[in-house]
Amino acid sequence: MTIDEIQQEIIDDFAGFEDWMDKYSLLIELGNEMAPIDVQYKVDENLIRGCQSRVWLHQEYLDGTITFEAESDALIVKGLVALLLKIYSGRTPHEILASEPRFIDEIGLRQHLSPTRSNGLLAMVKQMKLYALAYEKISTKNN
Amino acid sequence: MSFDPLKIRKDFPILDQKVNGKSLVYLDNAATSQRPVQVVERMNEFSLITNGNIHRATHTFANKTTEAFEQAREIIRSYLNATESAEVIFTSGTTESINLVAHSFGDAFIHEGDEVIVTEMEHHANIVPWQMMCERKGAKLKVIPFNEKGELSIDTLDSLITGKTKIIAVTHVSNVLGTVNPVATIIEKAHLKNIPVLIDGAQGAPHFQIDVQTLDCDFYAFSGHKLYGPTGSGVLYGKRKWLDQMPPFLGGGEMIDRVTFGKTTFNEIPYKFEAGTPNYVGAIGLAAAISYLESLDHTLVLKHEQNLLQFASEKLKTINGLTIYGEANEKAGVLSFNIEGIHPFDLGTLLDQLGIAVRTGRLCADPIMDHFEVENMVRSSFAFYNTMEEVEVFYQALIRLKAMF
Repeated sequence: MTIDEIQQEIIDDFAGFEDWMDKYSLLIELGNEMAPIDVQYKVDENLIRGCQSRVWLHQEYLDGTITFEAESDALIVKGLVALLLKIYSGRTPHEILASEPRFIDEIGLRQHLSPTRSNGLLAMVKQMKLYALAYEKISTKNN
Repeated sequence: MSFDPLKIRKDFPILDQKVNGKSLVYLDNAATSQRPVQVVERMNEFSLITNGNIHRATHTFANKTTEAFEQAREIIRSYLNATESAEVIFTSGTTESINLVAHSFGDAFIHEGDEVIVTEMEHHANIVPWQMMCERKGAKLKVIPFNEKGELSIDTLDSLITGKTKIIAVTHVSNVLGTVNPVATIIEKAHLKNIPVLIDGAQGAPHFQIDVQTLDCDFYAFSGHKLYGPTGSGVLYGKRKWLDQMPPFLGGGEMIDRVTFGKTTFNEIPYKFEAGTPNYVGAIGLAAAISYLESLDHTLVLKHEQNLLQFASEKLKTINGLTIYGEANEKAGVLSFNIEGIHPFDLGTLLDQLGIAVRTGRLCADPIMDHFEVENMVRSSFAFYNTMEEVEVFYQALIRLKAMF
């Protein structure tokens, strides 16, 4: 599936909920189900600090794709992080750079990506893109 | 006679709204309180009818503006019971007021090896300016700790004060713990050694009527926007004996006596500390807010606020896994807490979905977070326009949300 197809799938999943409470319940469930980040990666070096909540992001680049692992201390943020990983992890730098996380807006949770909401989520997306940009440059150079 | 918040709420139409489809419950008053129509109308009327720059021209609008600005100063002087209106300096808020003192008092009186005392429960605005000044001067910052109830360990003060102590800066009411500090005792102890005391009144002024002469504080700083007035307005009260000896903070227009390229002499207080065009609309709005407060029965207002806080504390204490931070015997306005297993960000987000506004995060008080070894807290804070019914709605919301985790 392409990044866009996965995003559409998520949007369709959330479209079924009329009550905001159900949306957040699903995010909390996703957050709870998410595998924790390997403890060796839960270090300051990988920390994206927001005033409200924190996000840890680790990545590995292998065979042309980037694998991300991440975690947040807030469950709603963690649920959104799980969705971001579902979309972006295991993709090529080019795919990551070419796609915006439009699903967040479309499932009605846009406020979580606003720069004034310092929950670390926006910074996480930026950081993922920065990794992608760096690896894209490396791979172009190698080719 | 009792206090009727429902009647008061008619002066605050902003409260009568739906947020996310639910009736707004505004419990973030310690961050900023709402403004009554009387304040908004006064500011509008002023901007629409009489705007002119103060102290600078001979035309009618300028004269009327100057008059209104100085009248605002007098209203605040009278409210604070300051000896003279020159002791009331308009600032942009508590932060600027404290920076002014840290900078100008520090310049005049603090030297290498000297000491400044603050407390462990200060807002960053009453820590960082002192830290910056101490760094510049090679002075030392000392800290009065607080105990597990959130009360200052005031007995440490005697040993903290030394011959090198130059000023003590302490908050009247903690913005996180709600503790009402024994500022009169601190002032009394400090004055025995001729040490001046600055009171950060950002959270104190909204709840208590301050009489600076009775309190005998040397400086009292507060913000308009937490006192039902406009943002960007604030006051520094200072005793003339200190203000006269302090150099200006900012340089510019109005604060000068005579400028030549060789030497500039400075204006008298308060103008010495009001460089540039001040936020006079804000100052007039703040005076309108104070006049509004004076129109209410303060004893009844305070009693209602205390009832809200007490009721909220009692209700929240019944919630399993909920920890309240700050259980001082004397508290005002603020109730901070965490619920085990729920991140404050999640709780704040979900409360907002239910129309309830609270503050979450580190509350501009890292040392308090460190004291309790937590990353964040949820803070509810009350104003006289809040109702017991709103506290009940808040409590029910917490019960409902807790079940989601």
